[in-house]
Parts: sequence; C-alpha cells; structure tokens
Amino acid sequence: MLNKFSEKLKNKRASSKAEATQDTNVSQASKQSSNTKATQDAELTQDAKISKWQLDKSSVFIKRKRTFTLAFLGVAVLFAGSAIITNYNVIEGFTSIPKVIIWMVQNLVPNEKSWEHLPSILSKLAETALVAIAVTVCAALCSFFFSLLGTRTTKANPLVARVVRVIAAFFRNVPDVVWAILLLFSFGQNVLTGFFALFFATFGLLTRIFIETIDEVSSSCVEAMHATGATTLQTVFQGIVPSSMPSIVSWILYMIETNIRTSTLIGVLTATGIGYAFDTYYKRMDYASASLVVLSIVILVIAIELISNQIRKVIM
Amino acid sequence: MPILEFQDVSKVYDKTTKALTDVSFSVDEGEFVSIIGPSGSGKSTILRCINKLVDATQGSIFFDGHNITTADKKEIRKVRKKTGMIFQHYNLVDRLSVIENVLHGRLGHKATITGAAGIYSEQEKENAFAILDKLGLADQAYKRCDELSGGQKQRVGIARSIMQEPRLILCDEPIASLDPSSSKVIMDHLSDINQSMKITCILNLHQVDVALKYSKRIIGITSGQIVYDGPPETLSKSKIHEIYQSSEGELITDVE
Repeated sequence: MLNKFSEKLKNKRASSKAEATQDTNVSQASKQSSNTKATQDAELTQDAKISKWQLDKSSVFIKRKRTFTLAFLGVAVLFAGSAIITNYNVIEGFTSIPKVIIWMVQNLVPNEKSWEHLPSILSKLAETALVAIAVTVCAALCSFFFSLLGTRTTKANPLVARVVRVIAAFFRNVPDVVWAILLLFSFGQNVLTGFFALFFATFGLLTRIFIETIDEVSSSCVEAMHATGATTLQTVFQGIVPSSMPSIVSWILYMIETNIRTSTLIGVLTATGIGYAFDTYYKRMDYASASLVVLSIVILVIAIELISNQIRKVIM
Repeated sequence: MPILEFQDVSKVYDKTTKALTDVSFSVDEGEFVSIIGPSGSGKSTILRCINKLVDATQGSIFFDGHNITTADKKEIRKVRKKTGMIFQHYNLVDRLSVIENVLHGRLGHKATITGAAGIYSEQEKENAFAILDKLGLADQAYKRCDELSGGQKQRVGIARSIMQEPRLILCDEPIASLDPSSSKVIMDHLSDINQSMKITCILNLHQVDVALKYSKRIIGITSGQIVYDGPPETLSKSKIHEIYQSSEGELITDVE
C-alpha cells in the first residue's frame, strides 16, 4: 500500500516537472516571437499580460490547495495527538456505536411497566408547563412596565432608564440554574424556588428585549403623537401598545417554550415537577420510565411550538 | 402680529455640534413658507424647536405672543396642540386603522385617561370622517395604515394634523419619499389648507422647484445660518448655489 502511494507521488512529481518544462517552452516561444515581430509590440504586451494573469491565477489556486492540505494535516495531527493523550481507541469508539443503539433500544423504549406511570408523569408535566406559563406571563407584565421606564421612546427620566437597564442586565446575566441554587437556601426545595428562579431570568431577558422592540417599532409614531400634544400615558396606550404588541406577544410565546424546557432542569434541583420525576426514575435505573418522561416533554414542547406558530400567524 | 418669531436662536447638540447659529425670522399668520438648504443644515432642527421636540440652546422663540423657550410641560402641551406636524416617513401607527390615526390628532385636547382609552366623542368622529372625505380617503377609513400607499399615508398624516385644529402646520420633508404625482396631490392639499383654512404652513423641502412654485416666501439656510429670506421671485440662481454651497452645474436644478 505504502509502495503504491510513493509510486503515485513519483508520477505526480514527474508530470508536474513536465508541465514546468512546457511552461518554459511556451515563454521562450513567446520571447522569440516578440523579437521577430517588433512592429506588433502593443498586441504582444497584451498577450504577455494575459499569460501573466493566467499564471497569477493558477498560483492563487495552488496556494489555496496548499492551505487546504495544511489545514487537513493539522486537524489530523490534533486528532491523533488528543487520541493518544486520552487513550482513545478510534476503532473501538466506532464499533461501540451499534452497542449503544442496542442498549438504548433495550432500555430506553418505554415498556408496559413504564406506561403505568403515565398518569403521574402527565400530571407532573402539566404542573411544570403551568408553572412555566405563569412565570412567563408574570415576568412579561413586570418587564413591560419596566421597559417603558427603560426605553428612550417615552423620554422617561434618563437616570431611571439607566437603573432599569442595569437591573435588567444583572438579572439576565445570572443563569437560571444559578438563581435556583441560590434561592434553594431561602425557600428550600419547593415550587416557589423554581418559580422565582425562572421569574428572575425571564424578567431580565424580556425587559431587555422589550426595550429594544419598543425603541425599534414605536419611536417614530410616538414622536408624531408627542407632537400633537399627547401625554406619555396616551402615547403608551395609543402608540406603543398597538405597534409593539405583536412582537411582544411573539417573544412571550418563545419564552414559554424556553421556560418549559428550563423548568425541567430546575425541577431536578428543586425536587418538583417533571424534572424531579425524571431524576427519580433515572436514579432508580428505571430507564424506560425516564425515557417516557423525556418523550412526553419533547411532545409537549413541539405541540406548544406549533400552537404558538399558529398564534403568531394570526396576530402578525 | 407675527404668529411665530425666532430671536437669535442657537442650538448645539451634545455640546459640540452646532446646528443653528443666531437664527432670527418671523412668520405672519397665514403665510406659506418653505425652508430650503442642504441636508444637515438645520432645517429639521428649526421645525422641531417650534413644537419643542428639540429645545433651543440660546435665544428665544415666540409662538402666538408667548415665549416658549422657557415653557413648562403644561405650556408645551398647549403649543403642541396648536401646531400640527407632518413627517417624511408619515410616522403613523401602522397597525391601527386610518380613522384611529386621524383621531390621534385629538389626543392633545383630551384628558389623559379618555385619550389613553381611545374614547372620542361623536362630534370628533364626524369631523374625522369629514376631513378624510375632503382628502379623498373616505373609502380607506377602516383600512389598516400599513395597507396604504405612501401618498395615502401622507394624506392620513395631514388629516391627523388638521384634526388638531392647529394654527400652524410644520412639514418636515413632506414629499421626499413620494412619487411626482402623489407629491403634487400632497402639495395641492397643503396649499389648499393654507388658503381655505388660513392655517400657517412652514415646510422643509429638498425640491427647490416645488418650493419656488408653491410658496410665497423662501428661507434659505446653510450650516445653521439664514442666507436668504424673501419671495421666490428674487431668489437668483447664484443665491441658490450659495445656499447649497455648490458651483454652477452641480445642482439638479441646473439641468435644463
């Protein structure tokens, strides 16, 4: 095999040499012709230009090929190096994939026993979904109020606007899981902890998004309404609300989807809802039931996504 | 008595950018004035100083005899009630119906709560329909504004400002985004409003030929200073070039 490869290489080299000699021949020929036909000088320089341009072009392609080869070799070396360091056996890695699939089919497909858990799983799922929806709606109401103070469009107090933006940034940048862990100390393992953890993260994100939406969508019509002598409250209800509501509703729907997913994870920490159900089945090594939980979550999220897409279509 | 008077008004943005320098002029009731000048010369700033969307840095502005540079919130609302404004990009609430946008012109006259709730009297609604009819938009009254063409949107803007029963209408580039035929419709309506309703109109325009045809007075402004103030007849070609700080043959108006 190695021999064959080297043979090929040799052939390649030979052929490239041949090409090179051909090239020199061509250039010599053109030189000769330029000497003999001095009268058509202009035309010839044109020819020379074109041939030079073609040479440049081919060299660009050669360069690109070289970069590709080097990049490929680099990746290969990195892979080999890391495989050696971590004792990773490539062949074993790939051959284990079918085994994994077999294991998954044997253990993760919901069996008869797991279907008995379905009613309790569904009630937990409903609980989680309702908490996620409640959190999102509460946070959205607060966010809308705060975003009115934070946006440039309403020309509220600039200091207040600044404070609102900083508060929103703080709540947004602490991850929801961290909120949950922090709140566990004060509220213990119950639904309220999860509620507030989700609430803070959602509030921070939605406030920021609402401020940007209002600035983008409503600033021009609010300017006109201010010019007619409308008060700030009037511009909010007659200008900002009607013009920004579709995108705000759209964002709320998106947050409900995200929060159902996140609340599953937070439920593991706070021992509530569907997340806790998954955790218990998993720790009991009742993988069939655990996978039924996962499947039910996936179906719920897809269903909510479909519903919210329909709602978006109607309101846009 | 002039309805509007500027006395040495200056405006500086962000403490560095000079938009207006010692601008003085006065406008009588019922005049039709066009302000021309290159982009960024301060035309929009002048208009926005009048209804206090922008606060002048120095000098005083008198509207209807009152100094409005020192006006508090209540007085500002009074001034804005009496001045309509028309924008280049119409600035309507696109998702509301035409009639709702026209009725927004009444917000300045209403109590905060009734205005916020969108409660209008029968009289106001009748007036709104009458104005729409006059502007040829009666059929469009219940359409959403984003279904309208540019020229129709601008007519809604005009209807909204007439709804205010204003003394003065400010037009910030009213025809800059419109095709020639809609432009003519809009300019005809504005000059009709000016003549039949005796409402003073101040327009910012980029189209010098339009300004010359429609207005009885032209103010030329260059980098925040007035360089011409007078009737269109005495505005010479060289003066136009001075306003736009260009030499012969560089303006679209030079093309014959």
